[in-house]
Amino acid sequence: MAAGNVKLLGVWASPFVNRVEIALKIRSIESEFIQENLLNKSELLLKSNPVYKKIPVLFHDEKPICESLVILQYIDEVWPNGPSILHSDPYDRAISRFWAAYIDEKWFPLVTELRNAEGKEAKTAVLEKIYEGNLLLEEAFIKISKGKPFFGGDSIGYLDVVIGSLLGWVKAQEIMDEVKILDETKMPSLAEWDDRFCSDEIVKDIIPQPEKLVEVYRKYQESFYKK
Amino acid sequence: MANDEVILLDFWPSMFGMRLRIALAEKEIKYEYKDEDLRNKSPLLLQMNPIHKKIPVLIHNGKPICESIIGVEYIEEVWKDKAPLLPSDPYERAQARFWADYIDKKFYDSARKIWATKGEEQEAGKKDFIDVLKVLEGALGDKPFFGGDNFGYVDVALIGFYSWFHAYETYGNFSTEAECPKFVAWAKRCMQRDSVAKTLPDQHKVLEFVKILREKYGLE
Repeated sequence: MAAGNVKLLGVWASPFVNRVEIALKIRSIESEFIQENLLNKSELLLKSNPVYKKIPVLFHDEKPICESLVILQYIDEVWPNGPSILHSDPYDRAISRFWAAYIDEKWFPLVTELRNAEGKEAKTAVLEKIYEGNLLLEEAFIKISKGKPFFGGDSIGYLDVVIGSLLGWVKAQEIMDEVKILDETKMPSLAEWDDRFCSDEIVKDIIPQPEKLVEVYRKYQESFYKK
Repeated sequence: MANDEVILLDFWPSMFGMRLRIALAEKEIKYEYKDEDLRNKSPLLLQMNPIHKKIPVLIHNGKPICESIIGVEYIEEVWKDKAPLLPSDPYERAQARFWADYIDKKFYDSARKIWATKGEEQEAGKKDFIDVLKVLEGALGDKPFFGGDNFGYVDVALIGFYSWFHAYETYGNFSTEAECPKFVAWAKRCMQRDSVAKTLPDQHKVLEFVKILREKYGLE
């Protein structure tokens, strides 16, 4: 759909960029993808996100919007075509926002902590915390989905996008550490949701394969340490 | 909306709880205020916020809303016909959400270092804090409030911290007026609103409270 001038500054491997790509696709918005170089940040990035200097940045008619969760809500409000990303009921919206904050502030940082933890003991300690979080998420999914396939109900919504976008990197971490983070025996409903989300038409070409992310990570480490 | 039951679980010095008190006051919503003893949390708090066990918790007709900024958005969406806090333009709304999120990410941690630590860590906290204030001054620009002419979402998110400034200045040994005069002018402007003046605790009372905390941390 012709939606004015829409550009997305990012990298294909960033889960936060993937969130925006998915949301744009849900609303059928065409956009130009501008590839950023995270090892040598562009003038455009530094000018459009001076506070954090991070991707994603969405440009709508040249005006920048930063922070993935802010961008998702912007997309939902500005282009009201296609399925809603956020629920319409204020209480359901508050619950979605609560879990999105939990994911970004508590759960996903543990996955990063796992990556940086050294030694089996340290890694096991972090994994235990992740597993506790997984149980909370499993319960949350059952309560919020109310028997439907997604957090958003019949179709992918805000919380599906927020959590689902991270699955590529979670699975990449599983490969790198040779551990199971998303244990289907402990979180059966979420495991099914995971399959459903990743194979969905809208999502499947956007979330990168975990093996490719492992490759990216290893290359990034090399370049980073070469500098 | 008659027959609405609104309860706020809070703690009087909490700058996060203040956000909800101000939003409720702006919208003239009647509610029951319950002050929690954080060393002895009530069964209601533990039941309503089992994950974080923190205040503030807004309870609307028995249903809890946790996390203060989420609570402010909820209040805005439910009582949307009264005193709107968010602008109607989606781009301006995105800017408001961005800045409220920035405040959540940056303000508390750097401010806390000023009164809860000493030495190098305290100095680093003080520097970060002043940097944050300057970024916020930049966002405010020449506008009376963050959203423009009207008191709104970002002002609500930030003004509660002002009740802690006497404590920050005392323990950090600096003057906000000297470093960030625009910020102080904005704060005083907000304090002229009833909802803010009646919500924010006295700065000396907060200083006394922080003194007790510091004694507990062995800093006094």
